[in-house]
Parts: sequence; structure tokens; C-alpha cells
Amino acid sequence: MSFWTDPILVANEWFTGLLADLLPEAWATLISTIVGVVLVSSFGLILVIFLIWLERKVAARFQDRIGPNRAGPYGLLQTIADIVKLLTKEDSIPEKADKLTFNLAPIVSMIAVLLIWAVIPFAPGWIGTDLNVGVLYIAAVGSFGILSILMAGWASNNKYALLGAFRAVAQLISYEVPMLLTLLVPVLLARSMGMMHMVEVQSTWFIVLAPVAGFIFLVSSIAEVGRTPFDLIEAESEIVAGYHTEYTGMKFGLFFAAEFLHAFTVGVLFAILYLGGWRGPGAVEYPILGVVYLMAKASIGYFIVMWVRSTLPRIRIDHMLDLNWKVLTPISLALLIATAVLDKVFAETALRAPALLAGNVVVLLLSWALLRGMSRKARRERQVFKKRPEARAVQP
Amino acid sequence: MTAMQGVFLFTAGLILWAAFMMVTRQNLVHAAFYLILALFGVSIIFVLLDAGFLAVVQVLVYIGAISIIMIFAVMLTRGDVIEEAPVNKNFGWALLLAALFAFGLIILIGQWPAVASLAGEIDTSRDLAAELGVALVSPEGFVIPFEVASVLLLAALVGALMVARPQKKGK
Repeated sequence: MSFWTDPILVANEWFTGLLADLLPEAWATLISTIVGVVLVSSFGLILVIFLIWLERKVAARFQDRIGPNRAGPYGLLQTIADIVKLLTKEDSIPEKADKLTFNLAPIVSMIAVLLIWAVIPFAPGWIGTDLNVGVLYIAAVGSFGILSILMAGWASNNKYALLGAFRAVAQLISYEVPMLLTLLVPVLLARSMGMMHMVEVQSTWFIVLAPVAGFIFLVSSIAEVGRTPFDLIEAESEIVAGYHTEYTGMKFGLFFAAEFLHAFTVGVLFAILYLGGWRGPGAVEYPILGVVYLMAKASIGYFIVMWVRSTLPRIRIDHMLDLNWKVLTPISLALLIATAVLDKVFAETALRAPALLAGNVVVLLLSWALLRGMSRKARRERQVFKKRPEARAVQP
Repeated sequence: MTAMQGVFLFTAGLILWAAFMMVTRQNLVHAAFYLILALFGVSIIFVLLDAGFLAVVQVLVYIGAISIIMIFAVMLTRGDVIEEAPVNKNFGWALLLAALFAFGLIILIGQWPAVASLAGEIDTSRDLAAELGVALVSPEGFVIPFEVASVLLLAALVGALMVARPQKKGK
């Protein structure tokens, strides 16, 4: 295996070999693990600088603008300039704030996103740690994200920040339910919770076997990130800036960067769970190609997230909760049951993929018919309400 | 002392300190943060015992649920979390009872022969999470307790919904 086909493996062997000469084995392992952690998290942190530029450019195109174009070629250095600006800004802490919690919140928010990257399989053999409960781990570290928003909202000692934190709990914990249910669908199909195994078994991409589940996963993930149209936790026109109202300078920058990185991480997770991860021609022989494939596939999910963000307006809070509890959660429950039954009945037969796809289509059609019926009923009820004399009296 | 023992001692100390801080804080939200630290320490202990599944579930269930507890702490106590947190006048008796209970537990567990012997190595090549899953649903395993617990939780969920449901007019 030469350097150009698998640089990480070669570099890792060289580095551990170098350390093993100087130090006892336990220390060498510890140091190389720490270096690995630093490398993976720096990759995420450097990526986010580029992502912010990319998102601003793409959003600008959607809105018929040009976007950043002053600093550097195509405005590439704009984010660097913004970071310098954020670092030089005054760092103000509210007098009545809970200082430690206030300062800890942005760090926790960044850590919560970076922790996900520990179980991302970049290419064959390139994975931070191949936990056999990888999918569950992703769900678990998500709770740190909720925690960071709560910490920020409460420690700011500001009404609007606290309102933002309350909304965050209502939104993020609710949307965790369909997200977890649709995370379970690939787990059922792969018969494992390990992320590497998940990619290895996707000879047919899971998006073919479970398209509706993939779509619901993407929608509920957008809500988990808290982006438009689900950005109720920082709705400017209602609660100033939500949980990060009191944050200035780079502390705000950390929340901001964590959100962008989380949005891309959603794309990466979507690629791994539903689009076959690093799979592609020549990825097994040349692991470096696997990274390229994974990033290309992740861009699909990320592009959809950006597309939705720059196209749709913010939805109302009751609509947001209705969408979750009355639409996404029942459909994903039905999908989970359909997938479990069909996958067991048609296991190891040629009919597995067509049966699963047909099951998805049936669930989709049934839920569409049910939703249409519900919306018609709601419209009729509204009209009856308008015709009632006491309702008319209230209206001007 | 091996590195493993060092990590264990540090984590155990962290858990005890966090637990002590949690019960002595007057500010409810601070107590919740210390509770999170203690629960996180327990999940580190699970990792040290090669119980990865339990460690992840510990974080998912407990730390995930703590944020809801915190919301209640803030909403139910409003502004007076810091100044007028109630102090239980009977804390002396509670301390005595807790100390007696802990003392009894230490004696009881000390008599258990498994404590003195070292645990055997766990075969990490086996997929323990998968084995746990099979055990929970196999008729030779724990399918009946598992299903009974599920029905109980479902009943609690439906009950909560019925209690919270708004009364319809004219009833």
C-alpha cells in the first residue's frame, strides 16, 4: 500500500513506528490517538470556514445576488476576514449572567457537532472509532447540542434568550423522535449499528430501499440543526436572536460555525446512511477516492439543506409541532413496521428491493390520502366556524 | 497502578465530587449541571468496563432527559432559584438514614465473594449489542419482562395524553 493510495494508513504506521522507538507502547498509542482526534476535529473546523463561504455564495445565487466577492478570488477570503473581525470584537458578558455556564455553552455546542465526526467512516479503514453502536452514539451526542442551547439561553439571564431555549427544547426533542425512527430503518436493513458495516452492506443504496425514510430523516435533521424553515429558536422577528442574543464576538462565532458544520454533518450522515457512504468505483483499492465520493455525496444532502434554507420562509410554531407529531412521526412509525416485516419476509430473495420500495410507496400514498382527508376536514371546520354568528361578531 | 486504574480513580472521584456538589447547590439549574457531570462520569465507567452499549444509552437517556428536567426547574421556580431556595429542616435525619443505608450496603456488598475476585476478560470480538438485542426478544431470554415493560410504558404514555387532553365543550 503506497502513500498515494492510502496516505492516512501509511502516515499512521510511520508515526506510530517513530513513537514506538522513543516511548513505551501504551504512551505511543495514547499520543497517536490524541493526534488522530486533533486531525479529525481540525478537518471539521477548517471545513467550516469553506462551508460558510459556499453557503453564502449559493444562497446569493438563489436570491439573484452575487454574494461575497471582495476579499480574495471569488470572495474566498471573506470568512477569514469575518473571523478576524469576530476575534477583535469586544467580548461582553452580561452582569447578571451565570459566567461559567455562559462561557461553556458555545464550546459545548461545537463539541456536540465534532463528536459526531468520531464515527464517520471516510473511506475503507478511515474511521475515528468503529463503535458497534455507532448510530446510537450519533443520537446520544445530539443531546449535548440541546444542552448547549439550554445552557446559553438560561445563563444569559435574558427573557428572549430563555424563550429561545424553551423553543429549542420543544423543537429539538420533538424532532428527535422521527429522526431516531428513520435512523432505525437503515439499522434494520444493515442488521448492525456500526457505521463502517452500514456502508459495506449498501451494494444497493438504502435510498432505493427506503426513499421515504431518507426524506423524513433529512427533514427532521434540518429541524434538529435549527435552520430555516425551522429556525424558530433564533427567530429574529419574534425573539431578537433567541438563545444567542447576549453573545458577542467569537462566542457567537462558535454557535454560528457549529450550526454550519452541523448542517454539513447532516449531509454526511445522509450520504452514509442512505447514499452508500464512500462506495464508488475503485474506492476499496484507493481509499483516497472514497473520501472524494463521500464528500461529493454529502454535498447532495447539504445542497438540499441550503436550497430549502434560501427558498422557504419560517413556519409557525404550531405548524412546526403539528408537522412533527401528526405527519412525520406516524409516517416514520408505519415505515419502520413495514420495513421490519417486508425485510424479514423477503430476506435473501431477489424480491427484497422491489418489495421494500413498494412498501415505501404504499405508506406514502396512504399517508397522502389520510393527510388530504384531514386537511379537507379542517377546512370545512374553519368554514363552519366563520359562518357562526358569534364568530362573525368578533370579526371587524 | 495501571493507566486503567488511574482513569477509574479519577472518574470515580469526579462522580463523587459532582454528586456532592449536586445535592448541596441551592441553585436548581446548577444542581442539574452537576447531575449531568455525575451521569457522564457513570458512562465513562461503563466504557472502562467494555460496556459500550450501556455507556451510549446512559448518555442518550439520562443526559437527554436532563434538559427537560432543567426546563421544569426554571419554569416552576421562576426568578427565586437563587435567593429563596427552600432548605429542608430535617436534613440531619435524612443524612443519618442515608449514611446508615450506605454503611449497610457497603457491608452487604463486601460479603459478596465476587467483589474480591477480578472479573474475567470480556471477549470484545463478539458483538455484544447484537447479543443483548437477541436476548431481549428471544423466548429463552427476557421476552416477557421486556414486553411487560413496553406495555407499562405505553400505558403511562397514553395515560399522560389523557390527563393532558383538553376537555371538550358540552361534556
